[in-house]
Amino acid sequence: MKKLYLLDDAIISPLGFSIEENISAIREGKSGLQLQQKPEITENSFYAGIIDESPLNDAFKAIRNPKKYTKLEKMMLLAVQQILNKNPNLNLAETALVITTTKGNINLLKDPGNFLEIRLKLSELGKVIANFFGFILKPIIVSNACISGGLGLAVTRRLGSIGKLKNALVVGGDLVSDFVVSGFNSFQALSQEACKPFSRDRNGISLGEAAAAMLVSIDKPESSGNIALIGDSTVNDANHISGPSRTGEGLYQSIQKALKEASISTTEINFLSAHGTATIYNDEMESMAFHRSGLQNTPLHSLKGYFGHTLGASALIESIVTKHSMLKNHLYSSKNFGELGVSKSLNIIQQNGEKQINYALKTASGFGGCNLALVFKKE
Amino acid sequence: MQQDFYIKDWVKIKDGKISNSKSEIFNSSEKNLDFFLKSVYDFLELKYPKFHKMDGLSKLGILGTEILFRKNSISTDTALILSNNASSLETDRQFQESTKTFASPALFVYTLPNIVLGEVSIKFKLQSENAFFIAESFNAELLKNYTESLLTSGKSSEVLCGWLNLQNGEYDVFLCLISPEINISFSEESLKNLYFAEND
Amino acid sequence: MINLQTELKESIIEQLNLEDVEPADIGNDEPLFGDGLGLDSIDALELIVLLEKDYGIKLTDPAQSREIFVSINKMAEFIEANRTK
Repeated sequence: MKKLYLLDDAIISPLGFSIEENISAIREGKSGLQLQQKPEITENSFYAGIIDESPLNDAFKAIRNPKKYTKLEKMMLLAVQQILNKNPNLNLAETALVITTTKGNINLLKDPGNFLEIRLKLSELGKVIANFFGFILKPIIVSNACISGGLGLAVTRRLGSIGKLKNALVVGGDLVSDFVVSGFNSFQALSQEACKPFSRDRNGISLGEAAAAMLVSIDKPESSGNIALIGDSTVNDANHISGPSRTGEGLYQSIQKALKEASISTTEINFLSAHGTATIYNDEMESMAFHRSGLQNTPLHSLKGYFGHTLGASALIESIVTKHSMLKNHLYSSKNFGELGVSKSLNIIQQNGEKQINYALKTASGFGGCNLALVFKKE
Repeated sequence: MQQDFYIKDWVKIKDGKISNSKSEIFNSSEKNLDFFLKSVYDFLELKYPKFHKMDGLSKLGILGTEILFRKNSISTDTALILSNNASSLETDRQFQESTKTFASPALFVYTLPNIVLGEVSIKFKLQSENAFFIAESFNAELLKNYTESLLTSGKSSEVLCGWLNLQNGEYDVFLCLISPEINISFSEESLKNLYFAEND
Repeated sequence: MINLQTELKESIIEQLNLEDVEPADIGNDEPLFGDGLGLDSIDALELIVLLEKDYGIKLTDPAQSREIFVSINKMAEFIEANRTK
């Protein structure tokens, strides 16, 4: 398998519309989560990270008429545009477009507004983005629950390894729609406080919306100081479609296979970017898998306290932040962590710090029993 | 030298008919999706109570894989790569409807296309690679390329790949088992030929 | 008039799509989860919806539901004491 080089990236989130704003917000411990009321869905208030549409429209006006695009499309298009602005020589005729999302424009199901109903289909989302910029290759759309964003990177590397693509733009996005709020509320999974990954008093997730884009290439860049994806694996738990495995089996196996492919041992991993949704069972499952993998001393964080759970975008956003952590040798703290509340010990990052990061591991898990592990290397 | 892969077996479920690489195995004039799915369940003499709790997409996936995996022994690292056009839209609509009164958690859990991969993994104890892709129409090129990438990299020894679409009660299922064992040659062309062929 | 236990069994069978199960197959003290009827975590969430829809009882603490959904008799007892419709 070849390496996949992470070249450039963009994040559009409540923390800001540029990569710099997002990274500095994390460094400063700012959160995009705010108290929300949706009395038509739940009498309880809850926290979520929602993008204010008026600054989004202002930013979008610079490229096209905001009325013609849905909120999610605007977020994803802005993310891609930022990367293209910085890479004017990119040949779109031979750049693949990989789109990762769970629900896309699902908000149109309830209220299509001025849009045709077909717009809620994920294949249309692919078309809108491809046509906007003039991508020639058919978009590859990955919809695999909450590992989608990271799986998009793995899919790109795998296709690149057998010579089917060279460069790709991997784009992820999901909304805090009434649809998902109702769903997670019916699962009694929404926390009434800002989510507290791995903490004793954690009691559920906070949702978030965001879009992210990453330019990646199979070809090694000429400049030094690059981050590359060198190992990847997904393994299904084969246990339950919504409940995480009690033993963390699928995640454990994913980590083992990704490390094996990267030809490195657990002890070489300097930093771990966990999924950490802050539900009782997810975080417990992760602690089992990390402990079984010998990762109990590896510094780790969850970014859900900053962005909320951005579903199909989350693993892409977290891979982007991991890349910047590695390049700067910064460890960012795991926001809202109090006292460890999982049965196996973990080394949760409680304060920002400096550390040489040569290898990092990113993991994610999702409904359907899916798990993902990605190994990144600095070279 | 590049290794060659083959289509070991396939199954199609469309318009009341089920066929595989050998012959037509089931034919029904039942138009109602739920009744049709139940009649196939009974025909296969499945004893799997969980089946009745699944949404249509997962039921179709379970029936298709059951037919394939009964005939062909599979290894636990058989990857599952499926794709469709409608994602989980059929169930999305039902869940959206339920939110008008009481949002149903049992419907919400099926509002992701990859849940069927989880159901198949549970039924056949497959702890393996999974991916669900969405495409405008049958995407032979991507299925072929991604399958090849998993097999050549050794991530999987066999791959179940195919198309599993359900929209407005109309289903279109075409699943293939890909392996290094010599059989029908595995190419974009052969996938297309099998998918588009009429089976009468 | 059918009693609350039978009514509950019928609605559980319908709500949870328990094909091939008759009300008579479910014992009043038989465990609903685990070895008994074999219900799982999604079924538990659906039962919470059922309590609200049919009896006007809102459960917000998942821990509480574990104590109630022990058996048909336990559920009936809880419903009698708390129902608003």
